[in-house]
Amino acid sequence: MTTKATLLSAQELDRALTRIAHEIVESSKGADNLALVGVHTRGVPIAERLAAKIGAFESTTPPVGKLDITLYRDDLTEIALQPVVKRTEVDFDIAGMRLVLCDDVLYTGRTARAALDALIDMGRPAVIQYAVLIDRGHRELPIRADYVGKNVPTRQSEVVKVKLQEIDGVDEVILEERILDRDRGEK
Amino acid sequence: MSEPLRHLLDFQQVDRDQIDAILETTEVMAQVLERPVKRVPALQGFTVATLFYEDSTRTRLSFERAARAQSADVMAFSKGGTSVSKGESLRDTVATLDALQVDAYVVRHPAAGAPIQIAQWTKARVINAGDGRRAHPTQALLDAYSYRQATGRAFEDTRLVIVGDVAHSRVARSNAELWHKLGAQVVLCGPPTLLPPSLAALPGVKLEPNLQDALKGAHVVMALRIQQERLTSARLPSLAAYAAQYQLSEDRLALADDDVVVMHPGPMNRDVEIDGALADGPRSLVTRQVAAGVPVRMAVLYHLLVGKGSR
Amino acid sequence: MSLQQDGSKLRTLIRGATLITSAGEQGVQDLVLAGGLIEGHEPQGPVDVEVDGTGMLLTPAFIDPHVHLREPGFEVKEDLASGLAAAAAGGFGTVVSMANTNPVIDEPGLVRWLIDKAASLPGARLRPAAALTMGLKGSQLTDAAALKEAGAVMLTDDGIPVSDGEVMRRACEWAAELGLVVQTHSEDPTLRRDGVMNEGEVSERLGLPGNPRAAEASMVYRDCAVAHLTGARVHIAHVTCREALDVVAFFKAKGAPVTCEVTPQHLALTDEALASFDPIFKVAPPLRTMDDVLALREGVAIGVVDCIGTDHAPHTRDEKHQDMLSAPFGIANIEVAFPVLYESLVLAGIVELPALLALLQDGPASVMGWPIPSLEVGAPADVVLLDVTSARTVDPMTFRSKAKFSPWDGESLHGWPAKTWVGGSLVHDLVPSAG
Repeated sequence: MTTKATLLSAQELDRALTRIAHEIVESSKGADNLALVGVHTRGVPIAERLAAKIGAFESTTPPVGKLDITLYRDDLTEIALQPVVKRTEVDFDIAGMRLVLCDDVLYTGRTARAALDALIDMGRPAVIQYAVLIDRGHRELPIRADYVGKNVPTRQSEVVKVKLQEIDGVDEVILEERILDRDRGEK
Repeated sequence: MSEPLRHLLDFQQVDRDQIDAILETTEVMAQVLERPVKRVPALQGFTVATLFYEDSTRTRLSFERAARAQSADVMAFSKGGTSVSKGESLRDTVATLDALQVDAYVVRHPAAGAPIQIAQWTKARVINAGDGRRAHPTQALLDAYSYRQATGRAFEDTRLVIVGDVAHSRVARSNAELWHKLGAQVVLCGPPTLLPPSLAALPGVKLEPNLQDALKGAHVVMALRIQQERLTSARLPSLAAYAAQYQLSEDRLALADDDVVVMHPGPMNRDVEIDGALADGPRSLVTRQVAAGVPVRMAVLYHLLVGKGSR
Repeated sequence: MSLQQDGSKLRTLIRGATLITSAGEQGVQDLVLAGGLIEGHEPQGPVDVEVDGTGMLLTPAFIDPHVHLREPGFEVKEDLASGLAAAAAGGFGTVVSMANTNPVIDEPGLVRWLIDKAASLPGARLRPAAALTMGLKGSQLTDAAALKEAGAVMLTDDGIPVSDGEVMRRACEWAAELGLVVQTHSEDPTLRRDGVMNEGEVSERLGLPGNPRAAEASMVYRDCAVAHLTGARVHIAHVTCREALDVVAFFKAKGAPVTCEVTPQHLALTDEALASFDPIFKVAPPLRTMDDVLALREGVAIGVVDCIGTDHAPHTRDEKHQDMLSAPFGIANIEVAFPVLYESLVLAGIVELPALLALLQDGPASVMGWPIPSLEVGAPADVVLLDVTSARTVDPMTFRSKAKFSPWDGESLHGWPAKTWVGGSLVHDLVPSAG
């Protein structure tokens, strides 16, 4: 893979999250009854950061849940030799809550659909909204995000890579070009 | 990371990583069963067939539940029922069922090796639900899982003692195989007529006919069911004689570790192989074992069926 | 050259083969068969058929004192036609058929029926054994005198051990008087129980019920002791373990009229073969350990073992596609018996070829009280041409037997019978030539 462009620097990433945090609180008219659920893997630190930011300017910090959607995917026989299932940790009752699902990239929409199914099997929230850092287009299902860090039109041959301090040691979002084997000249 | 498992027949070809993965997934599956909707779509479109040549309603239902909880379709075949006909060779039966596009067979059979034979003939995955006295791998997995969840103690620091009719117990053999792979010390104990010396050839296993010597320092003791049939085959003088020497009770556990726990694959003969108070007391993990059956089997089905190229 | 029905009317000249018997090689010589007998090295009249035997060995056709031909009653597994043809393909000129058919061969009429039917079938000669007890039930003696008169050459309940010592003793007393051989399947059923393979480390590892050596050794002891007591000629079938062989040697040293046989599978395979859980290896008494295989080979080399008996035991493919508990016992082997023995005994350097021939010619003949097979003038024209130089792969689909599967499937072996003659008739031809 080669890097084509930096879509968000560390500072831009942080500002985007701050803006989203405010938008969430504005839309739900406060932080009561609000909860953030991060989709494994990188949706989790995003949800945690949003919760912390909300807690900084509201009187309460909304609870954060971690959701693994592997068991709800529709492509289990294609994605990997052995898709690893991680724990889902949602330690609060989601019934009647205003949930915001958090993820790093919105692309085809299939992950969001799986996440919705998983949440609904866990209970009946009052509202589910969706927050993503990057919306890169190419939807295959009728899904849209309520909160978007940055809209980036992309080609299918490109890859949007979100890196977060908690997992990758650095904060940035880059755009890469997927190199096909025949272009590489090696092998 | 090794090749994904194709079958679960015993633990011969299963490595530590694969075992750990199954136990991790079991935790997630246990969670699923605590939610209001106790189902996930992970195995949608897959067909799981239970092929039970030996009666066992409990185990069969446990597997069927495990398949349905992941949205798989289930077909049940049993000997004596309508579908498994006498006189038809095992191979022909498998060919007939393969034509129904079964993706995985869960097989229980009185003849050791039958699931291995079936695995050689079918394109589907095969899970051994108990073959003769040879193996019962999902039982061992749920036993190991129950122990881990209850005590949090590392297997490498664990001394497991299995007491009873070891000679005829596939539960004993699979547990011995599994716990040894997990790094535990395994001791088999029982009366001389039920503890053949050739068992010492099983890797990592120690034989100890004396109960007190066996229980020294034990962290977990597994009691096996003494079956009525053993009494008529000249191996045991009486149940009372067995209980007098081998029954597990609180005072017999004096030399074991202070936090020793007891397990039993069920169904229990209270006051034969295990004293009633111990069976129902705080040391007993039996309730956990019972609860672990479905999540463990969900994890096994998941690992065998899901993954690139599995269709 | 087609398989002839009536060799007694033909003169056959076999050119340029190396003649060999249990006494050793007799050099390259022609051999002439005429009128159903060996005529000599020069034709005494016009030759009808000429066969090129160069590069091959010519020896008397083998004798098998232990085959299951399954007719009457189990023709789906094998019948007289397929079984006798298979025997001929294995280089055997005479076989003794076991009596555990349906109905059991326990009446003289059935013995006569077998002899009559077999007489018209091309293949090895049939010499029927009759049951020791009625219906093989182990309690009521059969009428040994009438059976002998009808043509039975042996009494045996083979398949089923005779549990009751008194029954065995009294049957032996009759047999001793009549000069009949009593063959025994020596296993104590109460020790054998539901064992499907040798009891030992392998059976424990595989979780299959085991059949301990003690079941065989204890019963061999009893049967030898009864031979010693009654003076009957007792022939211990399929000895499989060191202990049992030691018992036979012990009683032979005392002068008891005991003989014993070993099968090809017990000389070539061990209980490790069962690790595949393939019932093709399920046999009784079972395949044992390497130590037992070595003991049997020693026994062959030093002469404690009198002969080979194949215990050819055909079943249907479906039956052997059952699980290890349900599948029937028995290995069908008569067509590959000689190549297997040649590889595992001669090519492995354990015995010389003449000694192996003794086990297949002199040995069984002595056990049965028959003339020792020879290539002398006037001997029956029962001969086999053996190809010991080329290797062939075992292909069960080409077997004459109905049991078209084999534990040695796909193995490359030397020592295939190329042509077999019985009574001067060509009853087996591996590679039929255009003429």
